[in-house]
Amino acid sequence: MNVEILARIQFAFTIAFHYIYPPLSIGLGVIMTIMEGLYLKTGEKIYERMTRFYVRIFALIFGIGVATGIVMEFEFGTNWAVYSKYVGDVFGSALAAEGIFAFALESGFLGVLLFGWNKVKPWVHFLATLMVTLGSMFSAIWIVVANSWQQTPAGYHIVGTGMDARAQITDFWAMVFNPSSVQRVTHVWLGAFLSGAFLVLSISAYYLLKKRHLEFSRKSFKISLAVATVCSLLQLVAGHESAGVVAKYQPAKLAALEGHYDGSKPADMYLLGYVDQKHNTTHGIAIPGGLSFLVKGDFKQPLKGLNNFKPTDRPGAINFVFQTYHTMIAIGTFMILLTLYSCHLWWRGKLFDKRWLLYIFSFSVLLPQIANQVGWYSAEVGRQPWVVYGLLRTSDALSKAVTAGEIVFSLILFAWVYVILFVLFIYVLNKKIKHGPYDEENLDHSPRHIEMADSLS
Amino acid sequence: MSTLLGIDYQTWWFMLIGAVFTGYIILDGFDLGAGALHLFFNKEQSRRIVLNAIGPVWDGNEVWIVIGGGALFAGFPEVYATMLSAFYVPFMLFLLGIIFRAISIEFRSKEPMLWWKRMWDICYTCSSALIAFLLGVILGNVIQGINIGPDHVFRGSFLEFLNPYAILMGVTTLALLMMHGAIYLVMKTEDRIYTKLTIMVKNTTIFFVIMILLTSFYTLLYLPRMADVIRRFPELFVIPVMMVLAIANITRQVAKHKFLYAFISSSVTISLLMVMVAMELYPNMLLSKISPANNLTVYNASSSDKTLGIMLLMAAIGVPMIVGYTTFVFMTFKGKVKLDEMSY
Repeated sequence: MNVEILARIQFAFTIAFHYIYPPLSIGLGVIMTIMEGLYLKTGEKIYERMTRFYVRIFALIFGIGVATGIVMEFEFGTNWAVYSKYVGDVFGSALAAEGIFAFALESGFLGVLLFGWNKVKPWVHFLATLMVTLGSMFSAIWIVVANSWQQTPAGYHIVGTGMDARAQITDFWAMVFNPSSVQRVTHVWLGAFLSGAFLVLSISAYYLLKKRHLEFSRKSFKISLAVATVCSLLQLVAGHESAGVVAKYQPAKLAALEGHYDGSKPADMYLLGYVDQKHNTTHGIAIPGGLSFLVKGDFKQPLKGLNNFKPTDRPGAINFVFQTYHTMIAIGTFMILLTLYSCHLWWRGKLFDKRWLLYIFSFSVLLPQIANQVGWYSAEVGRQPWVVYGLLRTSDALSKAVTAGEIVFSLILFAWVYVILFVLFIYVLNKKIKHGPYDEENLDHSPRHIEMADSLS
Repeated sequence: MSTLLGIDYQTWWFMLIGAVFTGYIILDGFDLGAGALHLFFNKEQSRRIVLNAIGPVWDGNEVWIVIGGGALFAGFPEVYATMLSAFYVPFMLFLLGIIFRAISIEFRSKEPMLWWKRMWDICYTCSSALIAFLLGVILGNVIQGINIGPDHVFRGSFLEFLNPYAILMGVTTLALLMMHGAIYLVMKTEDRIYTKLTIMVKNTTIFFVIMILLTSFYTLLYLPRMADVIRRFPELFVIPVMMVLAIANITRQVAKHKFLYAFISSSVTISLLMVMVAMELYPNMLLSKISPANNLTVYNASSSDKTLGIMLLMAAIGVPMIVGYTTFVFMTFKGKVKLDEMSY
């Protein structure tokens, strides 16, 4: 295995693992803000119990998100030194802005969110919840802006040649509002809101199935179902907009998404299929000319295909891009159907009557998680062979000083650490969920109280 | 070249990044020190108190390394790239330390079993001590210089970072942060654990004084260039004098039981140490052992003036905000630690 593949595997593995957590924090933050807002507005205790319960789960998710996120910031320099030098002027400033304006905000107020319940007034605590949520959303803005600049570079010029070539900012706001950033930030935000909403839906559905904490779960379920329905519908629009940008600026990626080879023919839109990369063809069930219609508004119009690009300028793993992209679409569609059907039942007053539906919901946390993951896989693998689209190739972006041995060493290290971390995360999360909300009725179940009792005796 | 108040942007950023890393060592430093001392407490109750003393603030403190890393990436991409790829192994271990410290704090209180708590206690102390040690190792290597070729690419071997001076610097940093952490903890505790901590403050201060003396001798004997600037401008000798006075003041304030002043003194000690290193390095950021021509300086390694200017503006807006709400958080949790049902 060469250094490039190893470095890519390492980055992909660490970022994919990291990305389990930030969408959950953002989405859960939004739900918590709504819950605590309802508490402030109505003064009903049940909303405070909800907020307190989900803050505990948030703390766990946030903690792992931060720890695995710091790895990402330094991995650019360790594994991708040439890339870091090339883009530092542009990409670095977005990353620095994330630190100054977003990460500091969320981490600073986190202490008040977790430990400030009895120390500050309720509205100050609400403010802390809001700030943590806003901070995590701002984080997403800057990180996605930085990534979008890699997809559709703007507001820069190149100085120097060969090894000394560098991208430098000419227009900061043109860099921030590069052609794809607004669409992609929206797409990522909605994906994150869905993650949080479906987590709460899953937990609530589980309690309802077990007939525990009924009123608590019904209320949480309805709040997050409302969020999930709105977001899954908006995601359809945001996803379409995002694909529109790909069509305009990254034609090779678009062709790979639908496995479209022949540039003289209209492009089909597949529901299911696979790409035969050996024979440059795609098989499956498709709407003929569907992609051409979405992009050009005409089923007959030909669209640039993969054959229009030299093999060295195409993504390597076209079938992978195709499959991950279609998985994302399938899950997105399923989420729309699921939430709309549930809203229909809600309207009829039968939301909690169907056990099979609650059963689906109790596993539904996986839907947005998988969609978020595969969506990013297709976006990033589809960008290949470029690390900065059209400017810098991934194979040129590596650290020259780093050997394959060092990457294998750190990859093995991260692999086992992350596996342990994930097992522990699931274990503790499961325990917290099984335990349920901490309140008067539930008090003696808390390990802390057992401990306090022990220390007194 | 753009300037602000007569100082060019590159120098501003050299100072700002230095200030951010100093802020990191002062703030997260006491968390790391407290972590390194964790196993010296034997009772479950004591361990929980010292853990919860940093509980609400450690995450906010850790932010400074993220800001520092981002600022270095944006301001001096060459330094960021060369340094991280050269110190590949120590940085990977540092990141592991960061992960393990975070999860130890998070997971420790989640199960009542003794073996579970002991496991995370050990993990917490080892990772905190490892981070503190590695910070010193990296600083030691930056002071000594590394093998940088003419293309600004590291040419050394991956274990080169472990050399006597760097190890000495690592242990010194660990001692410094243990002292700093002990002083922070003594402000946050009461009763028996407080009495125990007053003794710990003394012991760690002695440990630190011994280490800083050894490091200073080593530096003056083997790296005499680290005193060039002071030799050229004798009036700057006031800085090491102030540092010695600050260290002396720590013991004086501890004896008077004025721990806040002692904490300020140890923060001043950290700042002055960083000022001395920065002063002697400037305008270099990474020294090359191969040839001084390959040194990375604030001028040949920086981003464009435009980016540095944009970021100065960001810092001018962002940093006062951060200082504002960090102060608010610290004020919310001031006073002695009281355990409640939300504690770790």
